Amino acid sequence: MSDIADRVRKIVVEHLGVEEDKVVENASFIDDLGADSLDTVELVMAFEEEFGIEIPDDAAETIQTFGDAVKFISEAS
Amino acid sequence: MLDLTDKTALVTGASGGIGAEIARVLHKAGATVAISGTRTEPLEALASELGERVHVLPCNLSDAAAVDALPKQAVEAMGRVDVLVNNAGITRDNLFMRMSDDEWNSVLDVNLTATMKLCRGVLRGMMKARWGRIINISSIVGAIGNPGQANYAASKAGMIAMSKSLAYEVASRGITVNAVAPGFITTPMTDKLTDDQKTNLLSQIPAGRMGEAREIAAAVAYLASADAGYVTGTTLHVNGGMAML
Repeated sequence: MSDIADRVRKIVVEHLGVEEDKVVENASFIDDLGADSLDTVELVMAFEEEFGIEIPDDAAETIQTFGDAVKFISEAS
Repeated sequence: MLDLTDKTALVTGASGGIGAEIARVLHKAGATVAISGTRTEPLEALASELGERVHVLPCNLSDAAAVDALPKQAVEAMGRVDVLVNNAGITRDNLFMRMSDDEWNSVLDVNLTATMKLCRGVLRGMMKARWGRIINISSIVGAIGNPGQANYAASKAGMIAMSKSLAYEVASRGITVNAVAPGFITTPMTDKLTDDQKTNLLSQIPAGRMGEAREIAAAVAYLASADAGYVTGTTLHVNGGMAML
């Protein structure tokens, strides 16, 4: 679980160029981390590659926060 | 001279006059090209003419599954797709009042829907690469209409509006999306016109002649080049002045 969180955090930090300590459980990609809608699509693409999973579009729409992403990926992988 | 060395390009409709010329020009500029079309024979002939850096990917764009598979095949063949040229198109002309659902749908499916699917299929790679060029071959009739071609004109106008919308979305990722709108171009299709039809047509073209396929290809090559990185969402009209838009 923590390993997944670390890997997800690393992707978010690299992609959005934010400080690591800003990437907390409830941090919203768009509202708190400055992502635009296209960034969220790219994040999902990056998660899919990093974890070798498929994230369908309807599931991707529910991934709004860092915590959402970690939870989804933990359950999917 | 435009340099596309180390770039890869997927060109649809490359078995036709304009598509083949687009593939030739991109290839000459150094690109590796994947040439797609419904007729294998002319594709193979073009491939042997070009020699190296060419892949033949036959595809019937009215087959939805084949359309979805084409970007993947292009990536398998070339590693990635840097440049996508949606050139394939069909016509099913009829007077509007006689136009069947099938005539309408088949033209929209191939010209507009397949174009959308191919754009979607190559975008992931372009987003990751932070570089991409999509060039959709529209038509002058998409801007000014044409009797007997409501379906074709609608599909070609749709390509322009789709290109603009997509251009907005991906501009920040180094991807440009543009359209080229040819006027009347000398191809096997226009060779079939009668002398009367040609005379009538030429009277409407300030340049006094039909265009050549290489003149369309040159416009495509420019939009595919690194130099055109600040040009996006535009339509380049290549029509001898027939419509100054």
